[in-house]
Amino acid sequence: MIGSRREAFVNYTVLVVFSAIAVLPMIGVVFQALEGTELNVSNFTDAWEQGHFADYLRNSVIVTVAVVLTATLLSIMAGYALGTMEFRGAGAVFLLFLAGLTIPTEAVVVPLYFDLRSLGLDNTLIGLILPQIAQSVAFGTFWMRAYFRSVPRALPEAARIDGASSWTTLWRVLVPGGRPAILTMVVLISMWTWNEFLLPLVIINSDEGLRTAPLGLSFFQGTHQTAYPLLMAGALIIAAPIVIVYVFLQRHFIAGMLSGAIKE
Amino acid sequence: MTLAARPKAATTAERRERARGRGGRGAGRPPGEPRRIGWLYALPALLVYAAFLIWPLLHGAYFSLFEWDGLSPGTWTGLSNYSKALSDPTLRGAFLHALVLVVFYAVVPCCIAFVLVAAMSRSKIRGLTFFRTVLFLPQVVAMVAVAVAWQWIYSPGGPINDVLRWLHGLGLPDWSRGWLGDFTWALPAVGLIGTWVQIGLAMVLFMAGVQKIPRELYEAARIDGAGPVREFLAVTLPGLRRELAVALTLTTIAAMRNFDLIYLATSGGPGDATKVPAYEVYNRTFNTGEVGLASAIGIIIAVLIFTFTVLIGRFVEGRDR
Repeated sequence: MIGSRREAFVNYTVLVVFSAIAVLPMIGVVFQALEGTELNVSNFTDAWEQGHFADYLRNSVIVTVAVVLTATLLSIMAGYALGTMEFRGAGAVFLLFLAGLTIPTEAVVVPLYFDLRSLGLDNTLIGLILPQIAQSVAFGTFWMRAYFRSVPRALPEAARIDGASSWTTLWRVLVPGGRPAILTMVVLISMWTWNEFLLPLVIINSDEGLRTAPLGLSFFQGTHQTAYPLLMAGALIIAAPIVIVYVFLQRHFIAGMLSGAIKE
Repeated sequence: MTLAARPKAATTAERRERARGRGGRGAGRPPGEPRRIGWLYALPALLVYAAFLIWPLLHGAYFSLFEWDGLSPGTWTGLSNYSKALSDPTLRGAFLHALVLVVFYAVVPCCIAFVLVAAMSRSKIRGLTFFRTVLFLPQVVAMVAVAVAWQWIYSPGGPINDVLRWLHGLGLPDWSRGWLGDFTWALPAVGLIGTWVQIGLAMVLFMAGVQKIPRELYEAARIDGAGPVREFLAVTLPGLRRELAVALTLTTIAAMRNFDLIYLATSGGPGDATKVPAYEVYNRTFNTGEVGLASAIGIIIAVLIFTFTVLIGRFVEGRDR
């Protein structure tokens, strides 16, 4: 290797310095939440009780599970149609989904608020779930279409010759083989749904019992302006679930970001 | 949660090849299945998507043509909300702040990511997965938690000011201040949080790109006597053009959509110092009752993001051909 010892030293220094920059703020937050010196979990129990985080986490779990299950099912079906079947208008439908990938929440949140309110769906979890499914299927359909197009044609054709319907072919033949692609999609949709803030802020505007975890943290911050140890405990409580998932499935997070962005 | 994927629709060559491969019209679908069945599979997704994303977008465009407080009947004002969004000093300031944030969210992280990738690509690095996992972590944490954490870090009694006061004790000038409450420093302080978040994303994209660069190019460069810098400029950078475009697209979109951080960390203050368009969409709707204007700002954000995505796409494809 040409890379000299000095060069290797520089390389490792750069990596270590920036890794430290990435994690030091978080480690600081953990210490602050534990109040530095000795292990003190009272901030967590206080935050948990005063901040009603049990309720907020439960709401976030309900919303995330509902969004992920529905969006995954709908995305698999739509991706299957757009990736393996040729039907009139398929191209236009795909372009429509594609355009959805660039629509920011900021552009739709105001009309969504008024539409959902007139339907009586503001301050309901369903009012929070439906728009997030819509945002997720735009990505999910695009993602699953790419997977279904990558499957060799012989596979579904063999299934069809054996007499399987298109529905059976999808669930018995193609979906089992697509587990990695589906898992990656599930991981990304979970992260986006769990971390979403603007939508809950606008849709859950008066029913405190329906706040999601990020929204709960923002109100907790409103009442504990500078009680930093408590706030840091709250921040850790709402961030932990997705960070734990990330540590175990980091490959899928990163793979998703990469191919979601670069493929085709 | 926009992931700005920007794939091109199937090229004509691709389509032709597909048609040929399957023996022409109709042969692509499974035998004995009516064509319309594709619609049945796509319809559920399409309905939810149209009702809760496309319809609100159109509805928002309609709102943007009215002067409306959200309660009483609105007045049709044509495009005047758009001209106001671009002429009102506060709103123009907000768009300028968004441009400043693009530098912090997109340009700076990409530069840093290049340094990181240069450090990772020239020789074998142990613990590559570890570094990658750690550097990407800020992307995963909810922006709300990030905002709360950094508010403490920047606070008058926070760790940054602790260090600055310690430096002051060593004879340096006293640089400590409440960073997010400072008229001059609040916007750069917010920007640096964005830099911190986005470095990992750019790095991961570049790393994936570097792995696709043929090793022979590096060997050739070394035989020609290129040092680390020349090698990077001649081999790595050109090989990463596509990834750079994607990284710039995603990070710029994040800069344009930066609501959570501003709402929680500064509320646009002090004064108007950190107001951004995404924050103004919320502020004008729910605090000042200018729903039409807020809708116009939302549409402008969408148009800017769409334009940026297309332009970057053009840039990449234009040089591929």
